[in-house]
Amino acid sequence: MARNHSPAELEALRKGILSTRDPHKPLITLCSGSACQASGSKEVAASLEAEIEKQGLSEAVNLRKTGCHGFCERGPIVVIHPEEICYFQIKPEDVPEILSQTIQEKKVVDRLLYTDPVTKEKIVQERDIPFYKYQERLVFGSNGSVDPKNIEDYLAIGGYAALAKALTGMTAEEVLQEVKKANLRGRGGGGFPAGRKWEGTRQAPGDIKYVIVNADEGDPGAYMDRSLLEGNPHAVLEGLTIGAYAVGAREGYIYVRQEYPLAVENVFIAIRQAEEYGLLGENILGTDFDFKVIVHQGAGAFVCGESTALMTALEGRAGEPRPKYIRSNIVGLWGRPSVLNNVETWANVPLIINKGADWFTQYGTESSKGTKIFSLVGKITNTGLVEVPMGTPLRDIIFKIGGGIPGGKKFKAVQTGGPSGGCIPEHLLDLPVGFDELTQAGSMMGSGGMIVLDEDTCMVDVARYFMAFLTDESCGKCVPCREGMRQMLKILTRFTQGQGKEGDIELLEQLSETAIEAALCALGKSSPNPFLSTLKYFREEYEAHVREKRCPALSCKALIAFHIDPDKCQACMMCLRKCPSEAIVGGKNRIHVIDQEKCTKCGTCFEVCPPRFRAVRKTSGEPVPPPIPEEARTIVRESKPK
Amino acid sequence: MSEILLQIDGKEVRAREGMTLLEAARSAGIAIPTLCYHEKLEPYGGCRLCLVELESRGGTRLVVSCVYPVENNLVVRTRSEKIDRIRKMILELLLAHAPDAFELQGLAQEYGADKDRFEKEASFCIHCGLCVRYCAEVKKKNAVGFVDRGIRKEISFIPEIAAQECWNCKECFPLCPTEALQAAYVLVEALAFPKASSAPGK
Repeated sequence: MARNHSPAELEALRKGILSTRDPHKPLITLCSGSACQASGSKEVAASLEAEIEKQGLSEAVNLRKTGCHGFCERGPIVVIHPEEICYFQIKPEDVPEILSQTIQEKKVVDRLLYTDPVTKEKIVQERDIPFYKYQERLVFGSNGSVDPKNIEDYLAIGGYAALAKALTGMTAEEVLQEVKKANLRGRGGGGFPAGRKWEGTRQAPGDIKYVIVNADEGDPGAYMDRSLLEGNPHAVLEGLTIGAYAVGAREGYIYVRQEYPLAVENVFIAIRQAEEYGLLGENILGTDFDFKVIVHQGAGAFVCGESTALMTALEGRAGEPRPKYIRSNIVGLWGRPSVLNNVETWANVPLIINKGADWFTQYGTESSKGTKIFSLVGKITNTGLVEVPMGTPLRDIIFKIGGGIPGGKKFKAVQTGGPSGGCIPEHLLDLPVGFDELTQAGSMMGSGGMIVLDEDTCMVDVARYFMAFLTDESCGKCVPCREGMRQMLKILTRFTQGQGKEGDIELLEQLSETAIEAALCALGKSSPNPFLSTLKYFREEYEAHVREKRCPALSCKALIAFHIDPDKCQACMMCLRKCPSEAIVGGKNRIHVIDQEKCTKCGTCFEVCPPRFRAVRKTSGEPVPPPIPEEARTIVRESKPK
Repeated sequence: MSEILLQIDGKEVRAREGMTLLEAARSAGIAIPTLCYHEKLEPYGGCRLCLVELESRGGTRLVVSCVYPVENNLVVRTRSEKIDRIRKMILELLLAHAPDAFELQGLAQEYGADKDRFEKEASFCIHCGLCVRYCAEVKKKNAVGFVDRGIRKEISFIPEIAAQECWNCKECFPLCPTEALQAAYVLVEALAFPKASSAPGK
């Protein structure tokens, strides 16, 4: 492929690509993101390729393996264009029917469609499915339509037009001002205005400056940056290149987790292709702007998502934060001015340059503009990646898009912002999502993790879980974080084991103050958040654990017990047979009794007891009733009168 | 170098540009406690004991003085109720590891820290990094380093380098605020070089 020497050549190339693509020719897109690969999309791809061949459709249909479509709950996902027929949870054995029916006969295969859980109606197109209907997928939408390994797909949808516009139609200062005017705030955690960050770097003295992509996303349950980099790496590269032009950088880095193999693979391919097409490297699009991108594979440390730790790791040293009384956009990588933004932030840049700040700012709230991608996971019906305008109420995300809580359970809280974020309770569900709104509620935007918790979740245990994660991921450099969390985790663990003491909650509060005020980096300063936000909204659960040795959610194993209600037990033998520790005594027509000494509290009996009996009871904070005497255990059944 | 004027604990202090608050305070005879600071080494900001209060925008904020650069007209306080409370907590957290370290005991007395507030931990190292950084920055040998991270982090001698360099140096020994380094060194010596410990010259 010849390099593009000017924006005009790029446009000509784009037209050329489009002229070879018949919009009416059937196209099958298959989600091939990591989540869908885990649910078998590679096998579906192999089956599609073989079956297309077998049915002699090689000329009649195109197959495209795209990035993540977002609705991971229902993957692997297949979409048939141009009709945009959506099939979910596709298995290799569904493939022959899809090809023979939908491609050849133009018939929709009903059983593979999405069924609306309320109306029970079958839905054909993505845009009518509630999960997608309420989203605004400005950044993530292209993921489902391009093959990330093929730059021509990205060019076909207008890719690199923003770069051409910036390089030849705008001065670097104008690009900067546009991003500033758009009030694009960093999507990686802090929400710092990207334009101001860029401006600092642009104005900082020195000839050598850097732009860096933070693709070290490491929050439990969050995978939006990963999916974006896997599914649309060129959007990130284009944004990064525009940023480099704006701040005067000639070199950029992508710091990506080595555990994200598909993202690493696709970003390497994307860089090579962009270089071949003259969109990276020397004299980009025939201008005198040179820019090269280097990929650094991180060894997987949560703290390396922190800007100074990431830069220290890039320099080849242990990833530990350094004090940043001088910001890293002034003194950053190798002491040079460096702009660090996360994947999603960079991916927003081409949109802003293409469509303008005025277009961008029509989405969102006063202080948070544009959209945000969230990773919606936990006790939620529709697990997946969702993109909504800033300001969308949490309730809409969880109930309209997410489909609510499965199993008829009650919503309890949503944990946002990653491990250092916080839990937002039910009475704040109408909170519009935005950087400042979430912070005011005691949580944060973070990079967009959203873990839904239902009534069976113990909030003390949630705090303990995240504290354990952060303790494990602390770099250990400063005392308030390393030692403070060591003690906080010990205390929280004691709570869940029924060994909390009076004064422990206050001690946790004092340890929290020390971390907030004295820890070195953002990870350390925010490390008490899992505790503080759950204490703020669920103090009664802490008090129940400490004072009454009771777990109100009936979740902490050390604080719960199972027993069988003798009035309800029908001696059906279900629990007796299933108990893995043989802790249930009983027999045919003999009321069952749980031997508390043997019981491991696994909950199997509770789950298998037929709903019509509901004889197994789970309790906490109350003594287990004594077993009924042996002689009273026989059930005398009256025979039915004939 | 231009001169910078600031106020520390109500006292006018003259400092040179590029100095840290800690250096400025000490040059004016104002004491600030430290554990991980050493004048020959790059500031580390690990122990956080040297934190001080800055007056800014009508409020106050805490910064660590060993890394914060002096600025004109700064108003700095080295003691306050909040500073003392946090220093006390930091000391108590460290005393769980090194309850008998003289340096910690002295500070504990000054700040009323209770060495028994937290359950004792077997490790004596308080991760000040003085040995590691001294060996790297001053001796340029890197014979001792940190391994692992977070609460599993510990200092460790690299046998290949230590066997060559440490016998005639041992300059890190007196730097250790808890005397844990000697223990670690002796342990490595015993485990890794069983014969070397009986070598002549020892």
